[in-house]
Amino acid sequence: MYSDTSFTKALQIQLRVIGALLMREIITRYGRDNLGFLWLFVEPMLFTLFVTALWTATGQAHGSNLPIVAFAVTGYSSVLLWRNCANRCSMAIPPNIGLLYHRNVRVLDLFITRILLEVAGASISFVVLASLFTSLGWMEPPADMVGVLYGWLLLAWFGASLALVVGALTAYSEVVERLWHPISYILFPLSGAVFMVDWLPSNFQRIVLLLPMVNGVEMLRGGYFGSAVRTHFDVGYLFVACLVMTLLGLALVRDAGRRVEVE
Amino acid sequence: MIQLENITKVYHTRHGPHTVLDGVNLQVGKGVKVGIMGRNGAGKSTLIRLISGAELPTSGRVRRGISVSWPLAFSGAFQGSLTGLDNLRFVCRTYGVNYTDVVPFVEEFSELGSFLREPVRHYSGGMRARLAFALSMAIEFDCFLIDEIIVAGDSRFHEKCRIELFEKRKDRALILVSHDVNTIKAHCESASVLHDGKLHSFEHVDDAYAYYQASLH
Repeated sequence: MYSDTSFTKALQIQLRVIGALLMREIITRYGRDNLGFLWLFVEPMLFTLFVTALWTATGQAHGSNLPIVAFAVTGYSSVLLWRNCANRCSMAIPPNIGLLYHRNVRVLDLFITRILLEVAGASISFVVLASLFTSLGWMEPPADMVGVLYGWLLLAWFGASLALVVGALTAYSEVVERLWHPISYILFPLSGAVFMVDWLPSNFQRIVLLLPMVNGVEMLRGGYFGSAVRTHFDVGYLFVACLVMTLLGLALVRDAGRRVEVE
Repeated sequence: MIQLENITKVYHTRHGPHTVLDGVNLQVGKGVKVGIMGRNGAGKSTLIRLISGAELPTSGRVRRGISVSWPLAFSGAFQGSLTGLDNLRFVCRTYGVNYTDVVPFVEEFSELGSFLREPVRHYSGGMRARLAFALSMAIEFDCFLIDEIIVAGDSRFHEKCRIELFEKRKDRALILVSHDVNTIKAHCESASVLHDGKLHSFEHVDDAYAYYQASLH
């Protein structure tokens, strides 16, 4: 539609629109009462906190000598990162369909807005919890900060690309939303959050590493625990998987945007 | 200039594809006022959605050389949990308009008083309509789209809307969709008729009306 508009002008408009959508989404979702937008990261923080407490109580990582608090925080935070992105983009168009009358608001902007919010929420939650537990002495600081950041950014990219695919597919059929819930449920225990790949039998390792996020979680934990763990991952595979899913997602979003029917 | 080039719009229904617009062409120059007639279900609102850009055509192109509004007084983009001013702020940000510049106008025109700071879901139908019209006038466009003139509120508010749109902005282009010929006669110089997915354009509203009448039988 902006084929007659220069790239910089189009980019300017898109950034403006995403900024407007971000403000709108934050006030709509969290309101101005009580904690307001702080819920953005307090909510995922509570999730991680409860899971950490549960795993500590039940000794989830039993059999390994890894500190359980750090294991739970790194694991569950990474799940929230990719799962919340996809969950929020699922059926993201219907509640916002009227906004499309403002021509510069496109379907892709709706998805990008929600992805940015979820990534921000999960990231702040992770940093706050890790800092808090480190200052309390319940967690050691990360062995390799760059490694942690690298793993986290790739997981965020994976979450964003997954969200584009899932979000666009729900625009074709609501069945996708119903399917996505059980799929995300089964992906959680397989995602690497609750185990280190090294603990698995080697033939199963190869299979589970086909799931892109398992590679990301391994990178994250490798950065966090350093030489205390033996990690198995393939950065190249994760990178290519994210790239392919992003391109696929963008193509699907573009097509979904063409088919969208405003009331 | 707004140019619709060979626009086709096909919707997917349970009974298979349904072609609403079939090779529609239209040109609207700066300051020109065009009426569009058609019976119920002829595709008038679809045409407005395509011109506004809310939906994209199945094939063909919409070129907009001038700025085009969203449908006048459209309130479907309001978020009920946001206040009137929040909704205004969103629209201003989207169009790159300075929010503080337009607040006085919206306050004055909408006559909503302190309700502007209340969530829109607490508004009555008339209050929503007043806010919607005020927002439409807060952002300036070269061409306004109107999908049937339905203005809620009392006659004094109608008069205010008429002055704001048809007098203060009489230099703007207008695309007015209606099945009432008197509305179109009152505001438009020329008119087109949508019939069986085709758009037939006429230089005079009377000719368009005659064609429209004939198409009903």
